[in-house]
Formats: sequence, C-alpha cells, structure tokens
Amino acid sequence: MRSALLTSGTVALLFVLNALFTGSLVSGFAMPPYILQVLCLAGINIILAVSLNLINGFTGQFSIGHAGFMAIGAYASAYVTVAWGDRFRAATSFLPEFARDGVLLLFALAVGALLAAIAGFFVGVPSLRLRGDYLAIVTLGFGEIIRVFILNIDVVGGARGYSGIPKLANFFWIYLFAAITVVVVSRTVKSSFGRTLIAIREDEIAAEAMGVDTTRSKVISFVLSSAMAGIGGGLFGHYLMYLHTNSFTFIKSIEIIIMIVIGGLGSITGSVLGAILFIALTEGLREFSQYRMVLFSLLLIVIMIVRPQGILGHLEFRHFFGRRRRLAAPTPPVIP
Amino acid sequence: MPILDLCNVTMRFGGLVAVNDLNLKIEPGQLYGLIGPNGAGKTTVFNVITGVYTPTSGSVRFDDADIAGERSGLITRRGIARTFQNIRLFGDMTVLDNVKVAFHCRQSADLAAAVFRTGTHSSEESRVERESRELLHIFNLDGMAGEKARNLPYGSQRRLEIARAMATSPRVLLLDEPAAGMNHHESVQLMELIRWIRDRFGMAVLLVEHNMKVVMGICETVHVLDYGSTIAIGKPAEIQANPKVIEAYLGGA
Repeated sequence: MRSALLTSGTVALLFVLNALFTGSLVSGFAMPPYILQVLCLAGINIILAVSLNLINGFTGQFSIGHAGFMAIGAYASAYVTVAWGDRFRAATSFLPEFARDGVLLLFALAVGALLAAIAGFFVGVPSLRLRGDYLAIVTLGFGEIIRVFILNIDVVGGARGYSGIPKLANFFWIYLFAAITVVVVSRTVKSSFGRTLIAIREDEIAAEAMGVDTTRSKVISFVLSSAMAGIGGGLFGHYLMYLHTNSFTFIKSIEIIIMIVIGGLGSITGSVLGAILFIALTEGLREFSQYRMVLFSLLLIVIMIVRPQGILGHLEFRHFFGRRRRLAAPTPPVIP
Repeated sequence: MPILDLCNVTMRFGGLVAVNDLNLKIEPGQLYGLIGPNGAGKTTVFNVITGVYTPTSGSVRFDDADIAGERSGLITRRGIARTFQNIRLFGDMTVLDNVKVAFHCRQSADLAAAVFRTGTHSSEESRVERESRELLHIFNLDGMAGEKARNLPYGSQRRLEIARAMATSPRVLLLDEPAAGMNHHESVQLMELIRWIRDRFGMAVLLVEHNMKVVMGICETVHVLDYGSTIAIGKPAEIQANPKVIEAYLGGA
C-alpha cells in the first residue's frame, strides 16, 4: 500500500516537473533549454552509474565495457522507432497521441534492454571466469568490438552517424527510469541474491564454499547491469535524436567508472551523487575545456589520497537521514 | 554405511604425492580426527573432499554419490560444509549477513521475487533472519550481529566461521584447525561446543587439528597421516600408544 502510494506519487511528481520545465504548466515560465538538457543527461548518467555499480561496486568484478552495452541499447531502440515506428503507431492508433509515443518508447527501450542483456550474457559467460586486471582488459576489448561492429552496420548510419531519431524521451521518462534503476539495484543488493554478490566481492572462494553458485550470480548481475545500460543508451538516443559510435568509446566507459569511484564503489547514493557531480563539473568547466581532463585527473588523485573509498564509501542515504530500522530481536532458543 | 567414503584416493602435484592411497570412512554422526605433522596432506584431503582439487585417482563418495571433482558450491549444497585454516570471512559484511549468505543455497525465492517484494520473499527473509539469529545465539555471537566481521576478535571470527558453515545445514562438517591461535580456555570451550553441536544437529565432523588435547578429547576415531600416507587409525588411546605415530611426531630414535 505504502509503496503503491510512493510509486504513483513519484510518477505524478515527475509528470508535473516535466510539464513545468518544458513550459506547458505555467505560461511564461520554462527551464532554459541548456539547463534542462544538462539535467536530462545527468539522469542518463545516473542510470549508467548505478547499473555499473552493481557489477563493479557490489559484485567486485571490474568491468570497463559499459559503454558497449549502452551502445547496443541506443542503436537497437533507435532502429526500432525509426524502422518500425510508423507501423507501430498505426497498430496503436486507438490510443491518444502522447500515449502512442510513450508506448513506442517503452517498446523500443525493451528491445534495446533485451539485446544489451543478451550481449551481456555472451560477454559475461566467458569473461567472468577471469579476475581483476584480466577481466578489465577483456571487457574493455568487448566494448570496443561492439562499437566497431556497430560502426560497420550501414542501416544504422555507419560512420555518418544515425540521425532522424524522433525525440520520444524527455525529463519525465529519463528520471522515471533513473528511479526504476535505483529501486531495482537497491532491492537486488538487499536481497538474498544480493548478499551472494557482496560475498563474492569479499571472498570468492569462501562464497563458493558456502554453496553460492558464484558463476551464476556473477553472470546474472552482469546481465542485469547490461540491460539497464541498454535502457540508458536508448534514452540517450531518443533524447539527443542523433547517435554516433564516437559517443561510446572506452572513454565513455572510463567516465562512468569515474562517477562511481568518486561517489563510492558499493554505494547507490554515491553513484547518484557521482553522476551528478561529474556532469556538473564537465559543464561547469566548459570554459576551460582544454584543461578539463587535467582537472578531472587531479580531482581523482586528490580523492584517491584523501578518501580512497569514494565520497560515501559503502554508506547510503538512509545512514544519514531516514529512520534506522531495527528488527526486534527474536527470542533466543532454549539451549539444553 | 559410511556417509563419506574416500577410497584409494591419491593426489599428485607433479612429482609430489600429497596424498597417497588414502582410505577414509566416516559414519553419520561420527567425530573423526585427522592429524599428522606439518605437510602430511591434511588440508589437501579437505580440498579433495570439497572439490577444490580433483583427485588424481580414487573415488570420493558422499551419501552414495561420487562427488570427486564436482564444483565446491554443488558439494556444499549436497551437504558438506567446511571452515578454513586461514579464516575467510566476508570481512565487510555484518556478522549476521555472513551467516545469511550461507542460507542462500537452501532458499528458493529468486531475484524477481526480491525486486517485486513478493510475499514469499519477505516471509523467507524473515525466516532466514530468525534462523541466523538462533545460530548466532548458539555460538554466543548474538551481541555482535550488527558488527562487521573483520572487527571481531580472533576467537569470535573462528566461531563465526563454524556458525556460517552450520547455516548450510551440513551432514558432514569439515573443520580445518578450528583451535588454531586459541588459548587453553578457549580451546576447551570450543571442544565442548563442537561436541554439543554434533549431538544437537547429528552431523558427522571431520576435524583437522594440531592441538592434541582437542583431538584426543573429543574424537572417537583418530586417523594419522604422514607424508600423505596413513600410518595409523584407531581410538585416541591406541593412537597415543602407537610407536609409529610417536616416531612420526618426534623422529626416530
């Protein structure tokens, strides 16, 4: 009951905010387009960072191929709307105009997420046998393979880039999916399955000895993480209306890693914070764009020295605010 | 019929024969001690039983199924749990969560149930919570349930390792030097605890230990290894009088 209320409340709030920002709620007031775009890109970054944190921060498997899965989601969902959009609209003509757009976007995102998940499965099964640096290099390689593969598909524009994607995503959809990502990841991590992921991060041999199917757990978390990156990519394409493989180089993967390292590996709140901080810094330093990467590197070095666990470490939002939920201690068993 | 039956097990690493033609039978509910000087191959026997190594030859039968070379996780789910000589807890997780992880292999609710918060999931979570706290209570760790495992004192970490292994509801429990680093008082308590959990839960215990007081005090059968070969099997009193055992430990005259 409480969660149903919370869900509909969040959706309504996002809907109203979206209307307010785009200027359709109060005439004469609208968010400057530049700020709105930065906000939307921040939302996409949140999706990417939180999903990558599931695999890098909680499961402890260092993957640097996240941009590859984002690219699959972006291109697959863009292809769905561009190639099948008209037919899809005709089939759903009984719906009002905005609902038709929404349904089309959801369908496109589902296809993108599914394809990214399938790719995640086929990349994860062989690579997750490796550990540490080896896993990092293999995922980096797969990320680049995916990018170059897409670069050579002519129907999605190849090296010209993919243009003509309708603008179906907006503030509402991006933050709706950002909220869904946060909820899914935090519930996953708190579940019994999530505990096996953290156990794998802490000591893989002991986890296996405690009956955890470590390969299965790692692959599931990788697939889930890839699917969410695919959704992030799909929103990215439908927001900017143009895609180019240059947006998905390994630099993009590194950027997502910077977000979660700054925020704290193994903290969802930290990832959200890191994603926002990252885009705020990128935009804030636009005037010094020559030196931006230098400043980023300096920032990372300072954080690694002063606070190697990231800004929040493993702590979450509710550690500082929310009530501490204490479960009543059950009555101890009688020992003979 | 023995619950765990190692038949002619040999484990070679290149030219080194770590375990040579070992025959070891453990009856249900038995307290079985495995001793031997350093490098005798005791931990290798553990690793063969738990699937870390596949034996070069010979068979490992548990509950009448051949388990030699199966994945460790699967063997644990069949009902063999272990502790480690060098403690391997999940350091950054709480004491309670360490035990909860071990319950996972007996749980049925999947990820989708957790994400959508279904009734099965929450009732299973509260059952695991209750049973974990009961286990912690038995091992006298309930005051530290919310503490991170790495912050526990050494003796408590050892006890937590046993509690965690018990959470997988094993029928055979393998303890690799549980009394290592404990003082006299602590090892006496541990001895009583091991005997008590055996009586209460009825599983067999295979104990590797250097502390002779512990081994001779609780084991019903003692098995002595030297350079990978069995030199004696018998009751503690017989072993203590066995000249071959004395020679292996103290050297020939």
